[in-house]
Amino acid sequence: MSSANRQPKDFGFGEEETMLRDSARRLLSDAAGVETLRRTVAPDHTAAYESETQPAPWDEALWRKMVGLGWTAVAATEDAGGAAMKMVAVAALAEEAGRAALPSPLIATLLATRVLGKAAGAGAIAAAERIVAGTATSLAITDKRGSWEPGDTSVAARATDYGYELDGSAYFVQDARKAGQFIVSARVKGDVGGGGISDGAGGLGLFRVDATQPGLEIIPDQIVDLTRDQAHLELGGVEVAADCVIAAPGEGEQVLAAATADMLTIVAADMCGAAEWQLQTTVEYARVRTQFDRPLGFFQAVKHPLVNMMIDIDRARSLVYNAACACDSEPEQAERYARMAKAAASDAAAFCSSRSVQLHGGIGFTWECDVHLWFKRQLHNQVYLGDAAYQRAKLADLIDRD
Amino acid sequence: MESRPSCTVDHIQNLQHLQHLQHLRSLAPIQALWPIGFVALGRFGHSTFIAGRPPRPSTARRVLQIMTKKKDTAEQAEFRRYATAWLAENAPGPPPHRIPEISIEVVEEELKDYLVDWQSQCYDAGMVGADYPSEYGGGGHDGFQAVANQEMGRARTPYMINVVGLNMAAPTILQHGTEEQKRRYIKPILSAEEIWCQGFSEPNAGSDLASLTASAVRDGDTWTINGHKVWTSLAHFAKWMIMMCRTDTQVKHAGITYFLVPIADTPGVTVRPLIKITGQSGFNEVLFDDVVVDDAARLDEVGKGWDVAMTTLLHERGAAESAGGGGNHRLEERVHALIALAKRTPRGAGTAWDDAAIRDRIVQLVIRAEGIKQNGRRARVEALCDDPMRLPLQMKVLISELMQDLSALGVEIAGAHSTLYVGDPNAPDEAEWPLSFMNSFGMTIAAGTSEVQRNILGERILGLAKSK
Ligand SMILES: Cc1cc2nc3c(=O)[nH]c(=O)nc-3n(C[C@H](O)[C@H](O)[C@H](O)COP(=O)(O)OP(=O)(O)OC[C@H]3O[C@@H](n4cnc5c(N)ncnc54)[C@H](O)[C@@H]3O)c2cc1C
Repeated sequence: MSSANRQPKDFGFGEEETMLRDSARRLLSDAAGVETLRRTVAPDHTAAYESETQPAPWDEALWRKMVGLGWTAVAATEDAGGAAMKMVAVAALAEEAGRAALPSPLIATLLATRVLGKAAGAGAIAAAERIVAGTATSLAITDKRGSWEPGDTSVAARATDYGYELDGSAYFVQDARKAGQFIVSARVKGDVGGGGISDGAGGLGLFRVDATQPGLEIIPDQIVDLTRDQAHLELGGVEVAADCVIAAPGEGEQVLAAATADMLTIVAADMCGAAEWQLQTTVEYARVRTQFDRPLGFFQAVKHPLVNMMIDIDRARSLVYNAACACDSEPEQAERYARMAKAAASDAAAFCSSRSVQLHGGIGFTWECDVHLWFKRQLHNQVYLGDAAYQRAKLADLIDRD
Repeated sequence: MESRPSCTVDHIQNLQHLQHLQHLRSLAPIQALWPIGFVALGRFGHSTFIAGRPPRPSTARRVLQIMTKKKDTAEQAEFRRYATAWLAENAPGPPPHRIPEISIEVVEEELKDYLVDWQSQCYDAGMVGADYPSEYGGGGHDGFQAVANQEMGRARTPYMINVVGLNMAAPTILQHGTEEQKRRYIKPILSAEEIWCQGFSEPNAGSDLASLTASAVRDGDTWTINGHKVWTSLAHFAKWMIMMCRTDTQVKHAGITYFLVPIADTPGVTVRPLIKITGQSGFNEVLFDDVVVDDAARLDEVGKGWDVAMTTLLHERGAAESAGGGGNHRLEERVHALIALAKRTPRGAGTAWDDAAIRDRIVQLVIRAEGIKQNGRRARVEALCDDPMRLPLQMKVLISELMQDLSALGVEIAGAHSTLYVGDPNAPDEAEWPLSFMNSFGMTIAAGTSEVQRNILGERILGLAKSK
């Protein structure tokens, strides 16, 4: 709670950031409006949830346009040809993606970009350069249990003559079927062979793996959220050349820890944007739908929860910009603020989702009503990277260190 | 999709009017985090007067400029240096009694004297009334008060005792008073020479304030006042009352007139303490029995009282400024005190802080406190606010409800010891937790209840249908 003395009063959110945000809002409302979204991801309920054939539909032309506008460069460092914009700009972009419930690998790619930015070395820069050029990228850093601890992985790395060989599986990989490359976390196992490294033994490393690489199998999960896809990766003897090492064994955990605040902030920003859509859409309904000769919003049992949605959203949004600003200018406080932001955003999302369905009544319970698309995206983001209670437990640990 | 509700013309006009009034509020020195820092705009939720106000675009723009201003001007920077140095030199010694959370709770004479003394020193040093015109006793500056507020907040000096005078009476008189009234009343308000109270609420007029019945009947150059005001904070110290009276029983809002009434040693006025839920005295009831005042006591025109009161009540509200400006340290202190309590309260093999369930709930409050602070910060960043009033209008609800939940959790953590009350030597933190829990309802009720605040937010910001 220490006052953000070192942070600029205005979060560092200036003209450039505003321009990016406004142009994103414009593009997405033109090219990724709710009609388009519905047509793309939820044309009918059978296709959406049919096992194995569950599509991961997205607008690839729009992705190329976004790349052309530099959105994949926004979060990348200059040495990778990126724009190195502030985290407040990245947060604003994520917020717009959430508002549109955008089916796109943008968020996954932004997360990966921030991770790469924390790793020094040619492998990280090369991977980031590909992102800037338009390669969608996703993190494969979660084990089967779904642990969000950066040190946990169920992929093993074995040093070889040419680099490493990866074996095992990675779970909860976001937008896996849209990604061109993955950043895989793997732990070096005891037996170090060939000309391998010995002092990194047992350490966690980060490795770039191409989506088309031999030995990699992408197995789609059947998921609730229709605005993204998820998969688990099976890696059987996947070869990683030395120049594809992003963080050498022993350094990976630190890199992931350093990027934690950025990752949480981006996901929280997405949730804030989505929650604002839920609020405005439900408010609009409460203004036009009439029962007992009054618009629904006249009744305080409707009015007050809508106000509470707004209150929750505003808290989360203020905390997101504070966290983003800390990533830029007060990094030692960033994790603390980001955990606050993610906790507040997860709670806000849960409340906004529940009220957006409830206050629409019967229609809100149907496939036809668009609120379900945001409801499901929020449900996914609520747990992704750790739910509110998890963030609060982590925050309590940080308070203990005060 | 639309990112904002489409606004009705009335809605927009209301907001512009609010912005104008918010600017006036920036004249006031910073106040404790509390009701009276925050307004009962609440009670105007259904006013037809608000909707009828003409828009004032130029003022609205000015307010936005003020709210989004980032850097000190050269004059402000110099004044800031002066203020910091002055506060370092002159911060007062310890008070004779524990200072209550909010100034309207002050009841001890000695504590009052201590606080009056402090305010008058601040006034002499130019830290209070800095932006009021010099002909009315102010400093005649522009944008100095905000600096003084920030520095006082940072120095954690005591609050101003004349809170009703500074936050409500003075700006209302400045806007609606005659030249004579401005010259007579404003200076002694700034210097705390004369304490003011607010006589709006009555036994049968609270949230629905316009239903008030205290009457003023004209007889040539004088008015005769009869009626019963309740919950009148600070009336026990006050020399003057800002008062709404009914001057016409045929119309509701347009039948109200605003007066500046002397209540100390005035024949026919009785001030009686009302005992709060805590068992302590705090506010009062004030009875008027054929009290005769001069027509010069009337503020603005007959029948304009509701309109005038709007100015008053808008100043009662803590806008972005109270959160952004340093008044927030009280919230942080409360949060720290709660964590400290948990860390030293035994639970099972360890302490309450080691209990995951308790930790979780404390951290929820930590996050809410930080959220309030960051809302205050974001309210000043135009690009991150869709609607300039959306954050400021939430402040009162956020702060009062957080204070309530905080003390409730303190009571819970203190466990069996929370049964011990003021005076018991074994009460943790001198019974602070049960005491402030009870007092916290003052915050969620006064100055527009939480329910009424939510009506306002729903109607003004979200554009939902009016409840009444
Ligand atoms: C500590 C304290 C100090 C005060 N100081 C002053 C002072 O100095 N001067 C002064 O004039 N007044 C003062 N007040 C009075 C205060 O402004 C009123 O108490 C407040 O406006 C509520 O009015 P009421 O008490 O009549 O409650 P009521 O209006 O009768 O409300 C009772 C309950 O009904 C709810 N309610 C009422 N209307 C609605 C509605 N439309 N929608 C939903 N719920 C509704 C309220 O929220 C509340 O829960 C003070 C009050 C307190 C507690």
